[in-house]
Amino acid sequence: MSQAEQTDERVREMSTLRRAMIRPELGGIVGTVAVFTFFLLFAGNSGMFNAQGVLNWSTVSAQFMIIAVGACLLMIAGEFDLSVGSMIGFAGMMIAVFGVTLEWPMWMAILTTFVICIAFGALNGYIVVRTGLPSFIVTLATLFILRGFTIFIPQTLERKTIIGGIREAAEGDWIAPIFGGTIFRGFFQWLGDIGMISVFERGNRAGEPVVDGIPMLIVWAIVLVIIGHIILTRTRFGNWIYAAGGDAQAARYAGVPVNRVKILMFMFTAFCATVFAVCQVMEFGSAGADRGLLKEFEAIIAVVIGGALLTGGYGSVIGAALGALIFGVVQQGLFFAGVESSLFRVFLGVILLLAVILNTYIRRLITGER
Amino acid sequence: MQPIIQMKNIQKHFGSVIALAGVTVDFYPGECHCLLGDNGAGKSTFIKTMSGVHKPTAGEILFEGQPMHFADPRDSIAAGIATVYQDLAMIPLMSVSRNFFMGNEPMTTKLGMRFFDHEHANATTMAEMRKMGINLRGPDQAVGTLSGGERQTVAIARAVHFGAKVLILDEPTSALGVRQTANVLATVDKVRAQGVSVVFITHNVRHAMAVGDRFTVLNRGTTYGTANKGEITPEELQDMMAGGEELAALEGSLGGTV
Repeated sequence: MSQAEQTDERVREMSTLRRAMIRPELGGIVGTVAVFTFFLLFAGNSGMFNAQGVLNWSTVSAQFMIIAVGACLLMIAGEFDLSVGSMIGFAGMMIAVFGVTLEWPMWMAILTTFVICIAFGALNGYIVVRTGLPSFIVTLATLFILRGFTIFIPQTLERKTIIGGIREAAEGDWIAPIFGGTIFRGFFQWLGDIGMISVFERGNRAGEPVVDGIPMLIVWAIVLVIIGHIILTRTRFGNWIYAAGGDAQAARYAGVPVNRVKILMFMFTAFCATVFAVCQVMEFGSAGADRGLLKEFEAIIAVVIGGALLTGGYGSVIGAALGALIFGVVQQGLFFAGVESSLFRVFLGVILLLAVILNTYIRRLITGER
Repeated sequence: MQPIIQMKNIQKHFGSVIALAGVTVDFYPGECHCLLGDNGAGKSTFIKTMSGVHKPTAGEILFEGQPMHFADPRDSIAAGIATVYQDLAMIPLMSVSRNFFMGNEPMTTKLGMRFFDHEHANATTMAEMRKMGINLRGPDQAVGTLSGGERQTVAIARAVHFGAKVLILDEPTSALGVRQTANVLATVDKVRAQGVSVVFITHNVRHAMAVGDRFTVLNRGTTYGTANKGEITPEELQDMMAGGEELAALEGSLGGTV
């Protein structure tokens, strides 16, 4: 069959630009380039791009990435989780209660916390698929329930809302360094020795590089993004995630176990929130009842900037990761550039609005609706 | 010839509502069996008992002579009964190839792990679409860009590709234009020629007459029995669907155009 016979005269060739437009990552890529260009121009000399500066915004971006991966897969599967922030506070507090107040070994405290939090994620998912209620409402309830417990438990046990001493309790533990440690220390020492990054000049750390390794938080973020991306685009389960969010009923008729997919995604979101919480308490050495406030919205914003549709069925983990990177770079960059930090919220609102409008437009491009 | 599916005295009650009051129909391989009926006649309920969505309150389903009890749609799909729903056939935001293999993803093993075999999926999709006369820009084209008729065709091609012995089409033409309808009816004809038993649900007598081999009319949860092609006129079918006299009166005032 010749080429001429195969083409339909009504199907216009898509231009390369239009093709690029319907990739969900597009907004994220453009935004990342724009943000880096902006800060290289306006904060290039402020220390934002030396070793410490890079570590600073990478760490903040990595925090956003960890929760954005969970929120992204869940949103593509057609649901929201508003309890992520409360889950972070709750998980951190559970580790402190088990590990410090009850003096369990740290590995047991961490694993138990994972089990409890993932169980809460499963409960969220179970209630949503069983009742058919919007996940917005169900997880809003969880938001308050978990936050309430996060304040009540330490108040009752310790008469305070911050529990410290976690770092001491984690001393010598085998699982804690997976969340709180750093890697490539030798490499960074070498970079310091050859003068690539600055070293401390005095004090008891004199001679050590100012950045002594890659925090495990960043490693977690990268690993979760890669795993999330592969699951979504390269596996059967990924196809089910798209299908469950695109049209749950059509997916069910085609034999996709939609309920199982959704519940698993709620559990994965809870897992990501717990990873975030463990890294955070290991870094701070304490758990506070107000940790994780508003994180659920920050995760959702990163995902939307990354090109996912709020209605589900469409999005990309790489896009969400870029959204998180933009988020972190701008938040820290404004600080380096000496801009009043409250303006960050203004920026966030504006970029969210732009992203949602762009996504709606892209949706029309994909589906050919007018 | 042995019927592929026998529905024997199927009853379905929803609480106090009797949706099906005992319907008996046989379906044969290689025939297009039209199920006609007005809105609320019980067509949808009837096919949903066949496809495992509803469990019949009473009655028996025999598939290739064996009694079947479908717990959910996966069971009936596994047995070889595929259903194409009018507006729930495809997911618009997903590519044609992802839609085509939804629920039947081809797998390949790399580094000891199982992955979605996109290469195979894309090649198969393009080949199947060409057979059905749909020209795709590429396998990654979103289903949302296809017309309603093309979506139905993709869904039918998908069902047949995965070995459906019985293909249930729920009002495939009701939302389509003339040309698109003709395309879908042509597809039904191709599929029937491959020996698949097609169950065609419609309330459009002309569409039914165009492809049907046998006709069963449902009315208020019961059936008047099954007629073969050539034994019944379109007017008779129309009257049976509407339940007789009222429509005759209406038709008079509309000049026989309904």
